Amino acid sequence: MSAESRLLEIGTSPHIKAPEDVRDIMFNVVLALLPVTAFAVWSFGLSALLLLAVTTITCIATEHVACLLAGKPTTIRDWSVTITGLILGLTLPPGTPLWMAALGSVFGVVITKSLFGGLGYNCFNPALVGRAFLQISFPVAITTWVPSGLPGRFTSLLPSTLTAPFMNMDTGAVGAYIEKALAAGGIDGWSGATPLSMWKFADTPEFESTLRLFSGMIPGSTGETASWLILVGGFYLIWRNMMNWRIPTGMLGAAFLLSGAFWLTDRAAYPSPVFMLFSGGLLFGAMFMASDMVASPMTSLGVWVYGAFIGVVTVIIRIKGALPEGVMFAILLGNALSPLINGLTQPKTYGVKKKGLFRI
Amino acid sequence: MNSSAKTFRHGVHPPECKATADAAVTRIPWPDEVVVLLSQHTGAPAKATVVKKQQVVRGEVIAEAGGFVSVPMHAPVTGTVSAVDLALNPRGELAPAIMIKRDPDADPEAVHGSPRDVDGLSAEELIKAVQDTGVVGLGGAAFPTHVKMKVPEGKKIDTVVVNGCECEPYLTTDYRVMVEQADKIIAGIRIALRATGAPQAVIAVENNKPAAIEAMMRAVPAGAPISVCSLATKYPQGAEKMLSTAILNREVPSGGLPSDAGMACFNVATLAQLGELLPAGRGLIERVITITGGGVERPGNYLMPLGAPLRHVMEFAGIRPDARKIINGGPMMGASVASLDVPLTKGTTGLLVLRDDEIRTGRLEVYPCIRCARCVDACPVFLNPSALGLLGRKARYEDMAEQYHLYDCIECGCCSYVCPSNIPLVQYFRIAKAMLRERSASK
Amino acid sequence: MTGLLIAGGVMLALGLLLSGLLALANRKLYVYEDPRIDAVEELLPSANCGACGFAGCRAFAEALVAGNAQPARCTVSTPDGVSAIASFLGVEAGEGVKRVARLACTGGDDIARRFAHYEGRESCRAAALVAGGGKACTYGCLGYGDCARACPFDAIRLNKNHLPVVDEVKCTACGNCVAECPKHLYSIHPLDHRLFVACSTQMRGKDAKEACKAACIGCGMCARTLPEVITMNQNLPVVDYTKNDLATQDAIQRCPTGAICWLERGGLVVYGAKALEARAAAGASEQQTQPATKVEAATS
Repeated sequence: MSAESRLLEIGTSPHIKAPEDVRDIMFNVVLALLPVTAFAVWSFGLSALLLLAVTTITCIATEHVACLLAGKPTTIRDWSVTITGLILGLTLPPGTPLWMAALGSVFGVVITKSLFGGLGYNCFNPALVGRAFLQISFPVAITTWVPSGLPGRFTSLLPSTLTAPFMNMDTGAVGAYIEKALAAGGIDGWSGATPLSMWKFADTPEFESTLRLFSGMIPGSTGETASWLILVGGFYLIWRNMMNWRIPTGMLGAAFLLSGAFWLTDRAAYPSPVFMLFSGGLLFGAMFMASDMVASPMTSLGVWVYGAFIGVVTVIIRIKGALPEGVMFAILLGNALSPLINGLTQPKTYGVKKKGLFRI
Repeated sequence: MNSSAKTFRHGVHPPECKATADAAVTRIPWPDEVVVLLSQHTGAPAKATVVKKQQVVRGEVIAEAGGFVSVPMHAPVTGTVSAVDLALNPRGELAPAIMIKRDPDADPEAVHGSPRDVDGLSAEELIKAVQDTGVVGLGGAAFPTHVKMKVPEGKKIDTVVVNGCECEPYLTTDYRVMVEQADKIIAGIRIALRATGAPQAVIAVENNKPAAIEAMMRAVPAGAPISVCSLATKYPQGAEKMLSTAILNREVPSGGLPSDAGMACFNVATLAQLGELLPAGRGLIERVITITGGGVERPGNYLMPLGAPLRHVMEFAGIRPDARKIINGGPMMGASVASLDVPLTKGTTGLLVLRDDEIRTGRLEVYPCIRCARCVDACPVFLNPSALGLLGRKARYEDMAEQYHLYDCIECGCCSYVCPSNIPLVQYFRIAKAMLRERSASK
Repeated sequence: MTGLLIAGGVMLALGLLLSGLLALANRKLYVYEDPRIDAVEELLPSANCGACGFAGCRAFAEALVAGNAQPARCTVSTPDGVSAIASFLGVEAGEGVKRVARLACTGGDDIARRFAHYEGRESCRAAALVAGGGKACTYGCLGYGDCARACPFDAIRLNKNHLPVVDEVKCTACGNCVAECPKHLYSIHPLDHRLFVACSTQMRGKDAKEACKAACIGCGMCARTLPEVITMNQNLPVVDYTKNDLATQDAIQRCPTGAICWLERGGLVVYGAKALEARAAAGASEQQTQPATKVEAATS
């Protein structure tokens, strides 16, 4: 190299670069997720901590192995699969058996990302595909909830967490454990329902208070409860210009408007738009999952369409569909439509007269 | 008369780094030999009119224009022609050139010229006179100025835009010309107005150059149809297409020229040279360049004779031992130089010399495209650089040209600059254009 | 039970309807194609390389059946394959001159100097756009292997000095490397073109030698030895291959650098004695060379 070091170096222009690279962006998304993660561990205890650790580590290991099998250098250092692991854990109920969480992680990373070529080539959000897999394969486990702030959550695990691999979880044991812990703390009456299912499946709809929805002291998936921390993380990313603000705005705006229209027709049967926004995983999905850069459209107009579509589908599934929560499928559908939306909303090139309304 | 900051959509904001802004222009010491390349401009090369061992006087014509889209060359120094041969040019090719060995006893600043009355010339004669000065676009593109001044049949120019934007980081040569030679620029503007028949001229300056704006405003005579327009500082404001949007609110048609938008655009340094050379009947033999960057001891703005060897200029500027990259031009669109043994040309606007630890590109890890759309949001001609890059990697050059408007790309570098995956987008576009050119040439 | 019968009946009716439509379409929309085209296409190697001059093997098969081409144009087929096609169609096999791609540069890392270090995408095309690529001889091979990647027959490998080497057996003269090389160093030659100018530089004399130890310095010795065949054009010798039968190894004897050489079968490169000495002194790594023999009639 010493002879080379006297030579001039040549390279293509431009010779300067904006300072942020992929690792910076991904790392900042991880940072934005940390407040929500911390709250999840505080709210649901040791089980949640283990769950998040298992999904994150399994995702990272899966991608590492996939790279080795492909004969390529490992890509785990770009932090993108860490985000996948964290998000997957944050969308699962805290009592999810660890073996199921690990299986979902492997499925999500391999099927969505590794098989297609890794970062930048996934059509769908990998965490969401993993969660969809778990939802469809283990519908009972994915809807077994735990109250927030359960006494004894830092010292013992929920009985379902360490379920033996390939064994189904014992929902009865979980229910009994919760009632015992609540009774020990002087609280009784555990319905096992999230605010969304309380509205949808109860005989008379009950609407959780907005304050509790916002603060996160409610049952739900580990990461979707603390609305205020989700907003903090989301605004941080928007401020750093690492997330397209149009996606959450479009999603939440469309959901607000559509659910508001329903609410105005029958206030007793339908939840208020505010309830719709802060319950379930809509906020979390808007800030961290729909905004996945690879699977969302690239044009400004396209992104508005995409966000609005997801918001509308979420509300429709919630109100008219069989499931109480529709964000996940709505986002996956939106991802599927991304290429089409991209093609239809290409910007008009400088100096070119646009032919017709759309460019396919 | 003077408007507030207008601008264009998209673009990027690289750090300005105008460290040499306050350095007044001084002359570089005379080199012992100059190498005048016969092709320092877009268009046909000039044809040598001198032979080996011939004595030449500074400012004398040594090569005549090779056609209409061509300009003559003049001797930058007084001396003897030592060779008419091939020499290495800054692009790394061997090209015909005239080597002149300077006579150390002759007065270095004495110059040959035949003064003439400019006002008496018709527009046609004016254009011929402009060609005779050998002046080309000194903003870097080196397009023959007289060709730009000749309005094509059926077109009308309603505005002459004087480009004082200097949107590239580091470069301050146009800035110094505006501050120090404002009167010459005005003289050049008058010539441009008469040659193109345009009724008005607008001097465009970015608003990070208040002293230049002031100097130009002071130099504009009362009642002249010349106004100064301060534009928002953004890269690439100095590109003709962006100037058209910002000042005239018109788009240059795709595949067309600025004259299709009724505009003729000239760089301030070009007009300053024209304003000085045309009435004096002289030729273009020197220009102001900026030498800057952490790799030189004496950065500044210098008056350089054309054909000065880069080695000579670098030694004068004090090139440091840890200097590693020399960029001919600005950091966004300039080309890196492979050898010190090349001559500087009419198109050299500046030399950016970077130390090893200052180099930020080329060695970076390239990630796959994460479709973040920063490039789409940055591209000033509203292309989709991400799609073009993906197609370029797959060598689908025809698709790039036909469906994604590859030929509208001005190679400004905004997309490569912002890409967080460090994808060398502009390089892919250049490869595509080169391959398409070769394929259509071989048909 | 009735449900089953109804469902089965509906599916049967649907099947009959759709197959009826298909049969109708097959009759009305049938395009007659000479069945021999399929058979000939089976006999072709399916490389779709374009060496025959047609757009793929199917197009070549159509031309063969129509009588617009001779089977030997396919340089990828083995001689047995060519005669199989010829006997199937009942035509002459035709003239099949084996041609290969030749690289007019020997400037590997061992003998050609770089004066700038290129950082960026490791592709010859990309590097060539950046100040020529950084080699002192700006006309020479950059060694990043675009040609090797473009070759569909795996006939080009880069040796340890990053110089491409063409495998004569695998090469089918498809022309991909010719189109790919940004310095235009490849050309297609029949195997009987033995005299070869393995240099493309426009530099001459001292400058050329400083850039690459095997560069042609434009001395013109070869042209003076064999003026009927070799002429000098802009510092480089040009071989007139129409007079190929006059070419002998004499022409390379006085070459001081080995820029002009003699190519034997199997990739063997023959240099003149003077060139061999110069190359050894320069530290060129030798691969398959031997000293030139005295006057020898050109062999085929």
